[in-house]
Amino acid sequence: MISAERLTRRFGATTAVDALSFVAPDGAITGLLGANGAGKSTTLRMLATVLRPDDGRALIDGRDTRSDPLGARERLGVMPAVSGIYRELTARENVRYYGRLQGLAGAALERRIDELLFRLELEGCAGRRGRELSHGQRVKVGLARALVHAPRNVVLDEPTNGLDVLAIRSLRQLLRELRAAGHCLLFSSHVLSEVAELCDRVVVIARGRVVAEGSPDALAGAHGASLESAFLAAVSDRAP
Amino acid sequence: MSRGLSAFVTVLVKELRENARDRRTLISALLFGPLVPPILFTALMVSSVERHRGLEHPVALAVRGGERAPGLVQYLAARGAKITPEMRDPDALRHTSRPGLLLSISEHYEASLRAGRPATVALYGDSSDRDTLVDEARVAAWLHAYGAELGALRLQARGVSPTAANALAVDEVDWATPASRSAVLLGILSYFLLFATLMGGLYVAIDSTAGERERGSLEPLLTLPVRRGILVLAKLCAAGICMAVSLALAVVIFAICLRVVPLESLGMRANFGPLVAAQVFLVVLPFVPLGAALMLAVASYTRSYREAQTWLSVILLVPTLPIVFASLYGLTARPALIAVPSLGQHLLIQRLLRDEGLPVALWSLSALTTLATALFLSWIAVRLWQREALLG
Repeated sequence: MISAERLTRRFGATTAVDALSFVAPDGAITGLLGANGAGKSTTLRMLATVLRPDDGRALIDGRDTRSDPLGARERLGVMPAVSGIYRELTARENVRYYGRLQGLAGAALERRIDELLFRLELEGCAGRRGRELSHGQRVKVGLARALVHAPRNVVLDEPTNGLDVLAIRSLRQLLRELRAAGHCLLFSSHVLSEVAELCDRVVVIARGRVVAEGSPDALAGAHGASLESAFLAAVSDRAP
Repeated sequence: MSRGLSAFVTVLVKELRENARDRRTLISALLFGPLVPPILFTALMVSSVERHRGLEHPVALAVRGGERAPGLVQYLAARGAKITPEMRDPDALRHTSRPGLLLSISEHYEASLRAGRPATVALYGDSSDRDTLVDEARVAAWLHAYGAELGALRLQARGVSPTAANALAVDEVDWATPASRSAVLLGILSYFLLFATLMGGLYVAIDSTAGERERGSLEPLLTLPVRRGILVLAKLCAAGICMAVSLALAVVIFAICLRVVPLESLGMRANFGPLVAAQVFLVVLPFVPLGAALMLAVASYTRSYREAQTWLSVILLVPTLPIVFASLYGLTARPALIAVPSLGQHLLIQRLLRDEGLPVALWSLSALTTLATALFLSWIAVRLWQREALLG
């Protein structure tokens, strides 16, 4: 379970995230929805322990990201917006590197890598270097890397960016399986249809604050028809 | 194996493997650093040896009005001048492509000689042409010697002992040994070795910090349950290993190159056998962690790959500064100077080349202060990695 409690982060004079609170429960897919620059990535980076909040706190399975960052990171798999896989390492080596740094080793690690590569349809390019992979394959390797230690909590920053329809479908399938296995999944997106399709819960962010929260249906229902109008209404409600 | 140690080894191996596959890193670590400087150095030495040999070669000398001074012409020819008669005047000759050396004998030469007055000859040469400069000095020396001989004969003819004109007899004795004489010329060697050492780790340092950030792989790395200090130290160690390899290569290649250079013909001897080569390696080795920590700290501080490259090219010059001062002020191995990193390495290498040995106390002093500096710089690098600005 991931919970943000009055998370605040300022960059100079601008407040990117402003006393933001929400909970992403286990066994559910939570979508962080917002326009570009709404504060999604800053929030995710604070949850991933790479940015320190100025105020408030974030808990990963009850572990404070500030006082126990290593404990929080062990329970977290993170896939940032840029896949950032190593160009000179093969797909398998990229995943193995993260597995080792997560404390896995030996046959158990290799089995886990095989399983992930198969599941993400990457067996064919396991031996290819990072620079030889297509964008979609890199995203998948980044995902395999984030999942290698079977983390209870998975944070994905715009995971479907640049993926084709087939890849998006297999990604969705994978996320649903993880949900069924009781994992806590949190991902950010600015694509409404995606959030509507996949999420159990949606947290709408604008100017660093939560402006609406609930299931896609409940949100849409509150505003008459579609999630889109709900989103626009929620965002414009708070416009200065 | 503890979790921290296993993470350290994992990062270290990954950095080495990734950089070994990157052609640019290989070229800079194995080619540009250790190979190019020794070869340039050898070419320089060989050309200077050739130039030195040129002193025994005959000097091409054009003579205008030689018929007025047959004795002088004969004297010069006997010393090794290849005389060609020249009809044109100096101004006309000057505008040709390679005027060479011209000796012009004045019309009043014979008359002046007979009258016992100084006879005028003029030697024309181009002082901006290095080859001519050497030849001109030789011809001038012959002319002076000829003049002195004639002067002595004149004194003798007047009943005066020729030695009366020489009040002082100066005997110049050179204390330099062949080994010490070569040390001056080989002084540049210590800089080349430090350069090769730094070059060896340059791209690893940039790639594993600024490069990792620029490619977006740093952020996910920082979400792993590994302390940042361990990441930095592993990267530092990876750069250090590449630097040590580069240094070893440079030492071996220098040892081979110095066998090729005919230093003996310069009255020098390169004291660079296998034992000295091993000692030189040991002298520079403590500089490896210092260089690695310095480059890693600077590369961690910069915002981009390009900026890191720019700054690190400046860093390549830093170890030269103490060496330049040492050469300018003729510093010799005093303990206070040995304690200065890079200067200490330079002075100890000089001692070795001069055949003066490597006292353990001096080596330990240099190694200790260098390693202490390395420790301090590593601490700075680790501190820099704690900043959020690391992600740019």
